[in-house]
Amino acid sequence: MCDEPSKLVLGLFTGLVFGFVLQKGRVGKFPVIIGQILQKRWTVVKIMLTAIVVGSVRVYTMVSLGMAQLHVKPAMFGGLILGGLLFGIGMALLGYCPGTSVAACGEGKRDAMFGTVGVITGAFACVWLYPVHQPALNSFPDWGKITLPELTTTSLWLWILGLFVLAAARAYVFEETRRRSPGSYT
Amino acid sequence: MKPILTFAPAAFSPFVTLAAEPGMSSLDYPGGSWSPYVVGALIGVLSMLTFYFSNQPLGASTGYARLAGMIGRIVAPKHTQSLKYYQDNEPAVDWEVMLVAGVILGAFVAAWQGGDLSSEWLPPMWAVRFGQDSLVPRLAVALLGGVLVAFGARLAGGCTSGHGISGALQLSVGSWIALICFFLGGIAAAMLMYRT
Repeated sequence: MCDEPSKLVLGLFTGLVFGFVLQKGRVGKFPVIIGQILQKRWTVVKIMLTAIVVGSVRVYTMVSLGMAQLHVKPAMFGGLILGGLLFGIGMALLGYCPGTSVAACGEGKRDAMFGTVGVITGAFACVWLYPVHQPALNSFPDWGKITLPELTTTSLWLWILGLFVLAAARAYVFEETRRRSPGSYT
Repeated sequence: MKPILTFAPAAFSPFVTLAAEPGMSSLDYPGGSWSPYVVGALIGVLSMLTFYFSNQPLGASTGYARLAGMIGRIVAPKHTQSLKYYQDNEPAVDWEVMLVAGVILGAFVAAWQGGDLSSEWLPPMWAVRFGQDSLVPRLAVALLGGVLVAFGARLAGGCTSGHGISGALQLSVGSWIALICFFLGGIAAAMLMYRT
């Protein structure tokens, strides 16, 4: 089964924009990713917080107007915690994450190309071992496709406002630090 | 399409204003790169457009599982055929595979446009820590790291883009748990590797 051509073109176009923007954001660079993990460079957090705030306002606006659907992934603790920790360790070793390693390949970085071979291998290994790890991981709690406002029965817009305040405050602190020590990439 | 236009100035303004502060000249961003706030806002907009036009979350790691299946079908067709995941999700060129292809191209164009193309084998930051002659360990570690990243992303059901951005912006409980674990695992490993 192959997606219809229009969907393929849409995927390619989305990827083109995503890759272009990731490269311009310097997140396909080893020191930027490792620097973030070591909390010495904050480029990744700045980009992610801004994307989350801007994206959540827009996506939830569209959802409330009935123009889009949510795609929440289930809160399955076993897979999320074990997978998340493995992912983090892998990211520190690789110096890229799955999206940005591809961007780094486009930039020409040879180590990222090796890493990407590893990424494809790892994806296959996970599928291969599916019968082994799935029963084990499924024995952990699964809260289903739940969001933070649903879990806490609070207002969705309150959460978005909170995120906005957090991101704006964080941005203010970052830029104040930068102003005091020019030339740093914090 | 109306909300896209209505919210454009409102959602952009605080970040763009900050990006335009006098302390942040374009010199601060080498290689023709852009302010992280502008990049973040653009990714936020792109996430919304992806929800709207493709009815998909923006994520990179599913494409890898498909790609791996396509390669698996060439290398070990019988074995690949026997895997349940590939019976349920037939490995074929789909939206997510095209996304990965697009990211390579898009990053190439951006790097070319910014004069930022490189054929670097050893990241200088790695060389400072592990020595100029540590290319073989670097490639081995990159390969192992790639395996772990993909394995972890498949177990968790997403990566930095699928959980970290698309999932987190939907305020998904699972995605925020994943995001926290990404950083916890990363910090622990990076502290061990780069502790001086």
